Amino acid sequence: MAFRLKLVPEKTTFDFFKHQYLTFGFSVFMVLASLVLVVTMGLNLGIDFRGGTTIRTEADQTEPVDIGAYRSAIAPLDLGDVLITQVYDPNFRDDQKVVTIRIQAQDGQEAISPDTQAKVLNALQTVNKDIKIVATESIGPKVSGELIWTAVWSVLAAVFAILVYIWLRFEWQFSVGAVAALVHDVTVTIGIFSLFQFKFDLSIIAALLTILGYSINDTVVVFDRLRENLVKYKKMPLRDVMNLSVNETLSRTVMTSGTTLLALIALLVLGGDVIRNFVFAMTWGVIVGTYSSVFVAKNIVLFIGLDRNKEKKDPAEQFFDKSDVAAD
Amino acid sequence: MLQISLWKRVLILIIVLIGIVFAAPNVFYNRVEGHNDALSAEAKGNALTPEQQAAKSAWPDWMPSDIINLGLDLRGGAQLLAQVNVTEVYKARVDGLWPEFRKALADERATLGSIRRVKSDPGVLRIQIGNADQIQEAQRIAETLNTPVASLTGVGQKTLSITTDGNQLVIQLSDAEKASTDDRTMQQSLEIVRRRIDAAGTREPTIVREGSDRILIQVPGASSAQEIKQLIGTTAKLTFNSVIGTTSNPNQATGTDEEILPAADQKGLYYILDPLPVVTGEDLTDARPDTDQNGYPAVAFRFNASAARTFGDYTQANIGKPFAIVLDSKVISAPTIQSHIAGGSGIITGRFTVKEATDLALLLRAGALPASMTFLEERTIGPELGADSIQAGKLAAAVGAVLVVVFMVASYGLFGVFASFALGINIALIFAIMSLIGGTLTLPGIAGIVLTMGTAVDANVLVFERIREELRIAKKPARAIELGYERAMSAIIDANVTTFLTAVILFVLGAGPVRGFAVTFLIGIVTSVFTAIWVTRLFVSLWFARRRPKDLVL
Repeated sequence: MAFRLKLVPEKTTFDFFKHQYLTFGFSVFMVLASLVLVVTMGLNLGIDFRGGTTIRTEADQTEPVDIGAYRSAIAPLDLGDVLITQVYDPNFRDDQKVVTIRIQAQDGQEAISPDTQAKVLNALQTVNKDIKIVATESIGPKVSGELIWTAVWSVLAAVFAILVYIWLRFEWQFSVGAVAALVHDVTVTIGIFSLFQFKFDLSIIAALLTILGYSINDTVVVFDRLRENLVKYKKMPLRDVMNLSVNETLSRTVMTSGTTLLALIALLVLGGDVIRNFVFAMTWGVIVGTYSSVFVAKNIVLFIGLDRNKEKKDPAEQFFDKSDVAAD
Repeated sequence: MLQISLWKRVLILIIVLIGIVFAAPNVFYNRVEGHNDALSAEAKGNALTPEQQAAKSAWPDWMPSDIINLGLDLRGGAQLLAQVNVTEVYKARVDGLWPEFRKALADERATLGSIRRVKSDPGVLRIQIGNADQIQEAQRIAETLNTPVASLTGVGQKTLSITTDGNQLVIQLSDAEKASTDDRTMQQSLEIVRRRIDAAGTREPTIVREGSDRILIQVPGASSAQEIKQLIGTTAKLTFNSVIGTTSNPNQATGTDEEILPAADQKGLYYILDPLPVVTGEDLTDARPDTDQNGYPAVAFRFNASAARTFGDYTQANIGKPFAIVLDSKVISAPTIQSHIAGGSGIITGRFTVKEATDLALLLRAGALPASMTFLEERTIGPELGADSIQAGKLAAAVGAVLVVVFMVASYGLFGVFASFALGINIALIFAIMSLIGGTLTLPGIAGIVLTMGTAVDANVLVFERIREELRIAKKPARAIELGYERAMSAIIDANVTTFLTAVILFVLGAGPVRGFAVTFLIGIVTSVFTAIWVTRLFVSLWFARRRPKDLVL
């Protein structure tokens, strides 16, 4: 027999409900903790959402960057809230020192004025005359206000669309379970951004939507098997059918999460610092999304219960041409 | 049976081949880009330099030459989001109405009493009449000057809204006219911004209207957004006005027919001007940098025939008096009229540098913006940062791909090899479609492709796992493979439709780089379902037909 990497044994009979109160309690705790974090610590909102300017500078120097010197050089300009951070990345050369400077939105200005930018550069060049600006991004309060709403709407719209689709394709209990899992994923992801105070900007919203897509993908695969097994084992208790379904799809869940994580981790490590937060959100989301489809979505369905006398026929059979799939 | 009908096999192969052919130019990105640049230079009628000739022949003409556009975050460049202050146009329109109304009302002075304009908000014309009881009559006269709106949406509506307020007529643009004015303002602004940026000679700028009153400007390769801002942020509204007097007090009380504007080059000096211009920059037919008699930089201009006549008459009547050349609400010079200026040409002197004179000439040639712009957002990405990002993205994608392939082959053996080939074809298809639709690849887009590599194998995994299960319950290989595909189908469809939904929402609501991510992600979902269901299946079926294995280890 040829060698096969098997992360999951051929037949598993894990009881995913054995510690259901523990796992479910853990999920609830994580969601609540995330909410508390967001309320108490807040999010490190990027300029997409609060307006302001980010300036990325680069200097050719081998000696470490003195952030204090940058700060005192800029202080006399009186620009209000200024945040200076050094950026590290394995792709950088030894003599490449990158710093980002975030400046709050200036009163009475939308995007940064040419003067302000020139003044910042002049001030920085007193620290090191080789400092150059490699990228600037400036967003006025008007646009950032709109972006917040777009972001909120897009996440809500996505959740709603999924709710309706799952409801149409399965039972309403499934869609409640799926959406609970999605809310869990989104909240916990936002929570970790609050905990580590990573920059939360528009790209993170894109990542959240991707996570929604990924997590629902996972959940749907389990649900699909559950639907099939409910027809097959009419007398088996719901809880056992669910366990069976998760066990049967476990190998697939692990494989897909595995390949996705491998690709994402490559990107996280090597993809550069510009998209690191974005990739981090997705990586974290894949982990959380996998967890939630195994431990959250179906638990909710079990709590609600299913009316098993009116099983839906698999609608896929109604609209897919099966002639080449099963021309036996 | 496991057989796929011949026409389907052919169709799958054709799609795959087309995909590979159209993805190919992206592998030779620089070469194809050079080729395309040379072609577009040739199309403009320019003679090609030897380098351009070489670039042109470096890529064969019969090959497709569509390549993916690189987003600003990869190529470097500048992006601006400008809001056009459309309401400014109302003021100029309404101010222009005053002489006409004054004349019409003054003809009935006997019944209406004295007529004068009183101060009001910009964009509103308030006319006070002496006999308050005749206000209805004044309104009737004013209405005779009102015209229907000349637009499809505003049929049946008038251009002006004329109401009364005590002894005053309140005249402003009607809502329908405002809407059609806004639309015109936007179109003019777009056109003028385009002309200015083209004149500056940058390559492939994107200038599009966004929403009702915004313009998105992307200029690849621009070294900073500030530069573009200076170019397009200047309204360049040039007028020639009569000078009534000068003052040092900017807040000096003025009559309604006067306005105070600062001198551009002398602090503390203000001119009192007649706000109605004699001629304006719109009447210019040409403007170019020049020097004055002392050798200082200046801008030479030429008026069209009717403005030349107006200007000639005006100068003839006002010899010895000063007139002001006003640019964007600043008096750049106020020469005294020495003689009758016929012929409609002249020069503008100010204390220009050579560059300022050149820029001003360019701006005057391109035309004035109908309204000023506020910049809501700007981004500049240096070309080095873009190049670093491409490098990092390529490396990450390559490593990610290798890891996924190793993992798949280790887990599924030969079937893993099939899935890996399908993955390669999938990526080729993504690039082919992106190139054909003129899509833009952004850094998050690269992340989207990498993510697709991870998830693209999902459909294969679903099928393979299902085949394993079917084999376990002692099905024959052929039957197991068939059932594997058949039974995994509903999960594949449901899983991908839901993912597709979120990607569509991302596309509709996202902006900029996020939208770039959504596009690659959407295309990736479609191509990955195609490759997983059809391409891998084709491989499996061809292999099976040759080998006819008695038992299958998966």
